Amino acid sequence: MTATAFFQDLDFITACYLVAFSLFIIGLSKLTSPTTAVQGNKIAAFGMLVAVLATLLEPGLGASDFLLIAIGIGIGTAVGVPAARNVKMTQMPQMVALFNGVGGGAVALISWAEFRAAGGDLSSDLAVGIPLVFAAIIGSISFWGSNIAFGKLQGLISGSPVKIPAGLFVNIGLLAVAAGSGLAILLGSESQGLFILILVAAAVLGNLAVLPIGGADMPVVISTLNAFTGLSAAAAGIALSNYALIVAGMIVGASGTILTDQMAKAMNRSIGSVLLGGFGGEVAAVEGGASETGGTVRSTSAADVAILLAYARLVVIVPGYGMAVAQAQHTVRELSKALEKKGIEVKFAIHPVAGRMPGHMNVLLAEADVPYDQLREMDDINGEFSRTDVSLVIGANDVTNPDARLKPDSPIYGMPILNVDESKQVIVLKRSMASGFAGIENPLFYNDTTQMLFGDAKASVAEITSELNQL
Amino acid sequence: MLAAEGGSPTPVLTNIVILVLAAFVGFQVISKVPNTLHTPLMSGTNAIHGIVLLGGLVAIANATGFLNRFILVIAIAFGTINVVGGFLVTDRMLSMFKRKPEPVAEAEEPKS
Repeated sequence: MTATAFFQDLDFITACYLVAFSLFIIGLSKLTSPTTAVQGNKIAAFGMLVAVLATLLEPGLGASDFLLIAIGIGIGTAVGVPAARNVKMTQMPQMVALFNGVGGGAVALISWAEFRAAGGDLSSDLAVGIPLVFAAIIGSISFWGSNIAFGKLQGLISGSPVKIPAGLFVNIGLLAVAAGSGLAILLGSESQGLFILILVAAAVLGNLAVLPIGGADMPVVISTLNAFTGLSAAAAGIALSNYALIVAGMIVGASGTILTDQMAKAMNRSIGSVLLGGFGGEVAAVEGGASETGGTVRSTSAADVAILLAYARLVVIVPGYGMAVAQAQHTVRELSKALEKKGIEVKFAIHPVAGRMPGHMNVLLAEADVPYDQLREMDDINGEFSRTDVSLVIGANDVTNPDARLKPDSPIYGMPILNVDESKQVIVLKRSMASGFAGIENPLFYNDTTQMLFGDAKASVAEITSELNQL
Repeated sequence: MLAAEGGSPTPVLTNIVILVLAAFVGFQVISKVPNTLHTPLMSGTNAIHGIVLLGGLVAIANATGFLNRFILVIAIAFGTINVVGGFLVTDRMLSMFKRKPEPVAEAEEPKS
């Protein structure tokens, strides 16, 4: 056996795949701690390099193929590198949505090309045909759904729920068209048009499924699309009998599924209600019973807040998406540094859905140089509020609403929240008394221990910091 | 291709065995990732999803005709965006996560 023949041997390539996905799994398992995560990411990237190089050994690849591959990789690199370098951390949800999209798109295109390569005959080998049709449907849904999610997050399309009349029936109809066309092809039809119909019906479905979903539900949507792209890759892997694709796709699918589940739990909503309904219907139901809270709100000044903070021992900062919108994370970091300089302990309480995607708030604060050991997850910090002197709620609302714990008839009852109301003093930084995205009044604002500091979050925090430094 | 040869399972069954095992491994590994790192986890799995690039590479070996090749070049470009962009942006994010500096070194804050 010559050297070339050895390296082009299918067993050798498969062995390389084994190395590659072992590296993926090792890399991902290092993502359990921020100290090892950077290294883990590099290990996974090296695994990818091994997988790509091994595939380039495929005996069927000719010189003209290599030219096309170089063009494809060249275009991808030219787009991907500057995007990854320049994206702002506030824009990460859009970026991930876009990545989900191109991933799903790639799968849909590959399945189309494989269908054409088989001359339209998918019925003679159903072990290839079924996963190929599945990959085409899911890939196309992910591509278009992700593009809409991107558009909403980027503000190109209205972020508020767009109601589609009889949306559920239209979507089921579209899924039936896609699945029916797929079935016809699997039963022996070799029509090119039918395959395109699969892609188009799934595309329209992807659009219509994400359009009705409001901006605040995006963490669930992005996670779901992440799971979809993973599953489509695994399906393509079965069709192509490529172990690396199967394993990697399935790991991504598992990751997306876990995150979807966690996000839905953190928002107290079933995955079905997010994907099928949008938030429109429930808001209308909420408004009826909301206005009874009443009571008086006490407003305060930055100077008073600074004095209150100066005498505290433990201050917990509760950041919400409003803080990110006001771009106040760096100003907040200055405040926490000023507090620490006075010997006051500062912790950040992060609700799982504090941002627009899982873990988003942690990244924003890490970018502002907040050490990650100061960032506390909900379950971890909730026991500490009772010994907290001052809780500083910045741009968060629904995730601090005690009704979720206390009022069984509240629409958010059962949603896990940060128990801010247990701390001795609460300062809420807010632009106005407008309610959160869910349209629910927050009784926290009317508590005796709560004071409101109205105004732009960034300006308010800066003012508190300068007052504090003068004390 | 569906017929079993000499006692070994059919290829499709082998694929499904791998698929199921990978799902279990995936759930085990991913469920240990803390909330703090969920955004880098997503961009990292995006990058791993770029493995579809391999599908494009395998398929282009048998592709004939302009349209088939054109479709696959786009697929390869899409996959590459995932791989390159995903790993780079994950690295950028992860390197921002820093431990609290030791009290002595607190005067000079590392700048990212």
